[in-house]
Amino acid sequence: MVDIPLDTVAGIPPAEVGEVELYHPRSWWTRYVFSQDAKVIAVQYSITAMAIGMVALVLSWLMRLQLGFPGTFSFIDANQYLQFITMHGMIMVVYLLTALFLGGFGNYLIPLMVGARDMVFPYVNMLSYWIYLLAVLVLVSTFFMPGGPTGAGWTLYPPQAILSGTPGQDWGIILMLASLILFIIGFTMGGLNYVVTVLQGRTRGMTLMRMPLTVWGIFTATVMALLAFPALFVASVMLLLDRLLETSFFMPTLVEMGELKQYSGGSPILFQHLFWFFGHPEVYIVALPAFGIISDLISVHARKNIFGYRMMVWAIVGIGALSFVVWAHHMYVSGMNPYFGFFFATTTLIIAIPTAIKVYNWVLTLWRGDIHLTIPMLFALAFIITFVNGGLTGLFLGNVVVDVPLSDTMFVVAHFHMVMGIAPIMAVFGGIYHWYPKVTGRMLNEALGRFHFWVSFLGAYAIFFPMHYLGLLGMPRRYHDIGETAFVPASAHDLNAFMSVAALIVGFAQLVFLFNLVWSLFKGKEAGGNPWGAASLEWQTPETPPAHGNWGKELPIVYRWAYDYSVPGAPQDFVPQNEPPAGWSARGAHP
Amino acid sequence: MAVAIILLLIAVASVLFHLLSPWWWTPLASNWGYIDDTITLTFWITGAVFSAVVLFTAYCVFRFRHKEGQRAEYNPENKKLESWLTVATAVGVAAMLAPGLVVWHQFVTVPAGATEIEVMGQQWQWSYRLPGKDGRLGTSDARLISPENPMGLRPDDPNGQDDIVVQNDDLHLPVGKPVKVLLRSIDVLHDFYVPEFRAKMDMIPGSVTYYWFTPTRAGTFDVLCAELCGVAHAQMRSKVIVEEEKDYHAWLEKQRTFAELSGRGNVAKAAYKTESE
Repeated sequence: MVDIPLDTVAGIPPAEVGEVELYHPRSWWTRYVFSQDAKVIAVQYSITAMAIGMVALVLSWLMRLQLGFPGTFSFIDANQYLQFITMHGMIMVVYLLTALFLGGFGNYLIPLMVGARDMVFPYVNMLSYWIYLLAVLVLVSTFFMPGGPTGAGWTLYPPQAILSGTPGQDWGIILMLASLILFIIGFTMGGLNYVVTVLQGRTRGMTLMRMPLTVWGIFTATVMALLAFPALFVASVMLLLDRLLETSFFMPTLVEMGELKQYSGGSPILFQHLFWFFGHPEVYIVALPAFGIISDLISVHARKNIFGYRMMVWAIVGIGALSFVVWAHHMYVSGMNPYFGFFFATTTLIIAIPTAIKVYNWVLTLWRGDIHLTIPMLFALAFIITFVNGGLTGLFLGNVVVDVPLSDTMFVVAHFHMVMGIAPIMAVFGGIYHWYPKVTGRMLNEALGRFHFWVSFLGAYAIFFPMHYLGLLGMPRRYHDIGETAFVPASAHDLNAFMSVAALIVGFAQLVFLFNLVWSLFKGKEAGGNPWGAASLEWQTPETPPAHGNWGKELPIVYRWAYDYSVPGAPQDFVPQNEPPAGWSARGAHP
Repeated sequence: MAVAIILLLIAVASVLFHLLSPWWWTPLASNWGYIDDTITLTFWITGAVFSAVVLFTAYCVFRFRHKEGQRAEYNPENKKLESWLTVATAVGVAAMLAPGLVVWHQFVTVPAGATEIEVMGQQWQWSYRLPGKDGRLGTSDARLISPENPMGLRPDDPNGQDDIVVQNDDLHLPVGKPVKVLLRSIDVLHDFYVPEFRAKMDMIPGSVTYYWFTPTRAGTFDVLCAELCGVAHAQMRSKVIVEEEKDYHAWLEKQRTFAELSGRGNVAKAAYKTESE
C-alpha cells in the first residue's frame, strides 16, 4: 500500500545540465520594482490583484445597497447598477482570482516548491506583470471616461454589448476589450513560464509524482489557461472590430430603436461559444489552484499525508481535460441547437465524478488525522463546505432540463458565487495565512485572523445560501429593481435586505484582513523558517524570506513526496522532502 | 469543539432553511411538472450528499482534533475505498442525469398538434403574433420593419395577411392547448420568461428559437425578460392571460389582423421603399 513515498531511493539522477546564472539586481529599482525575481513579481501581482479586488468589493457593496434597499440611494440608477455588476464580475474572475492564483501563488510557490532558483524566463516573467498592471489601469480608466464603464454584464454578449441601449457603449466597451487583450498577452508570458518551469526546472529527485498538489493545480490550470484564453482573445478582437469598424462577426441584421443598422450576417451565438470555450475552463483555472492549495493546507495542518495522492493528481488532470468539453452548459437556453443539450449535460455531470473524488479525499485526509485548528485549516474547512455546496448546485444547472427554469435567475448567481467566488477566496485566504510567514518571516495576527475567518465564512454563507431560494422563486438576475411583480412576495424583499446587511459586514471584515497584512509585516510574531512543520520544499529554504536564488549555494535534492507526515518510526511528525532516508550517505547524493 | 458544533449547525440550519423557507417555486401553470419533479429529485440526492460531507467533516474535527501526544495515522491510499466511492458517485450522477435527459427529450419534441405563436422582443417591449384562420404564420424580415409594420411581416406572404398582431398589449392563450412559441428579436438578446410556465429560451436577432408548453390553468402571469438586454431590462414586462377557450375566442375576435392594421396599399409602399434604399 505504501508504495509512493519511499520509492527508488538509489535513483536520484545526477544533474544533466549546469546551473544557469541568474540576473542579479544592481539597484533598488531592479530589486524591488523592475525585478526579475519570481518572488517579488508574485508580491507585485498579489498587491495589484488585491487592490483591484477592493474596487470589486466596493462595487459589490453598491449593488447590494441597491438590491437590498431599492430606490433608497438616489446615486445608483439602472445604468450604474449594470456597470457595477459588469465590473465586479470581470474584476473578480479575471483580474483578481486568475491573477492572484497564477501570477501571485504561482510565481511565489512554483520555483520554491519544485526546487528551482527562479522561473526559467525571468525577464518575460517581469514583462508579464507590467502588462498585467497596464491591463488593470486600462480597466480602471473606464470609470473616468465619458459614458463610464461598460454595463454589458461580464459576459459582454453582443449585440447588446456594443449598442446604445447599454451603458458604456463608447469608451467603456472599447477599453474593456482592449484591457482583456492586454491581460491575455501578459498572462501568456507568465503562463509559459509556469509551465516550462514545472516541466524543466525541477530539482533532482523532484519527479512529477512527488510534486505538491498546489503545483499540480497551478500547473494544470496554467496549461488550461494557455489553451482557453486564446478563444477570449479572438472573441475580444472580433467584437472590437464589430464595434469600431462595423464589421459583422457577431452582428446580424438588426433594427435598433427603429433604425436599421448596417450589420448583417453575423452570429451572436458564435460569440457565446467562443466566450464560454474560455469561460468554462476559466472556472477550473480558478478552482484547480484552490484544489491544490486546500489539499496542502489540510495535509499540513492535519499532520497527515493527503489521502489518495495519485487519484488526486489524475482527478486534477481529468477535470482539466473534461472542462474543455462542457462549455455549452452555459448556453442551454441560448437558442443553440437544443440537441446539444444531451451531449453537454452528460459531459457536465461526468465532471462531477473526479470532483467528488477530490472532496472525498480531503475529508478522508481529516479522518484519523491530528487536526490543528489553525487559521489555514479553518479556511480549508470553509472551502470544503462552500465548495461542496456550490458544486452540488452545479448538478442542478448542469442537468439541462433543470437549468431551464433556473438559468438567468438568482439561483445561478448564488451557485457561481458559492463555487467560484467564496470557495476559491477561502482558499486564497487559507493560502495567505499559511504562506505569509514564508513571504515575510512573520506570522499574521491570530486574533484578527480568527475574527476575519468567522465573519467572512459565516457571513458569506448567510448571503449566498438563501439567495438560491430567490432564484427558485423565479427572481431574475441582473435586475436593479424587481419592482411590482405578482409572484414576488414582500418577504423576498426582506431577505434581500438581510443579504445586503450581511454583505456590508463581510466587506468590512476584509478591511480587518488588509490591516492585519500590514500590521503583521512590522509587528507580527517572528515565524522562523518552518512554523507549521511542513514537509514540502518551500519551507526548507536556508533563509526566510528566501533570498534571490532561493537555495543558497546548492540546490536541494528531493528524496520523497511532499506528504511524509506522521510516518511511523520517524522522530518528528513530518519528514522534509529533502531529508535523505535513514542510512543514506551524503556522498551517494553527489555522484 | 466549537468548530465541530458550528459545522454541525451549518448542516442542520441549511436543511431546516430548505424545509421551512417561504421562498419556493411559483405554483405551476404548465405541463412541465416533470421539470419540478427532476428538481425535487436533485434536491434529495444533493441534499443527502451535502449533509453527509458536512456531518462527516464535523465528526472528524470533533474526534481527531489535536490533543497532546496524538499522532495521525499514516495511510497514503486505499484503492478499494476510492473505487467504491467513485462507483457510488457515478450511480448518483446517473440517477439525476437519466431522468433529466428523458425530460429534456420531451422538452425539445414539440407535439404535432401544437399551435405556433410568435413572440418578438425589442428594446424594451414585447409583441405577439397569433395565426389567423389559416392556422399559419406568415414570414417576416427585420429589414421590413417600419412604423406601419412594426413586426416586419412580409406584405406579399398570403399566410401573413390574417395573422393577429398584438402590440403593447397582453398575450392571451387558451387553457389546455399545446403551443409552440416561436421566439424572435429585432435588436439584442432577450428571453421570454414566465416563471409559472418553467420554460424559457433566449431570443436572438437573426434567428428564430422556440419552446413548447401547454398552459394548464387559467390566470394572469407576469412576463419578464431573462436575458440582459440593456438599461431597461428590468422594465421589459408584459402579461400572459390564460383563459377558457370561449373567452379566448371572444378576445381573439376583437383583435386586428395584419392586413387590417396596415391597409394593403401602405404595406406595398413600405416594402417598395425599403427595397429601393
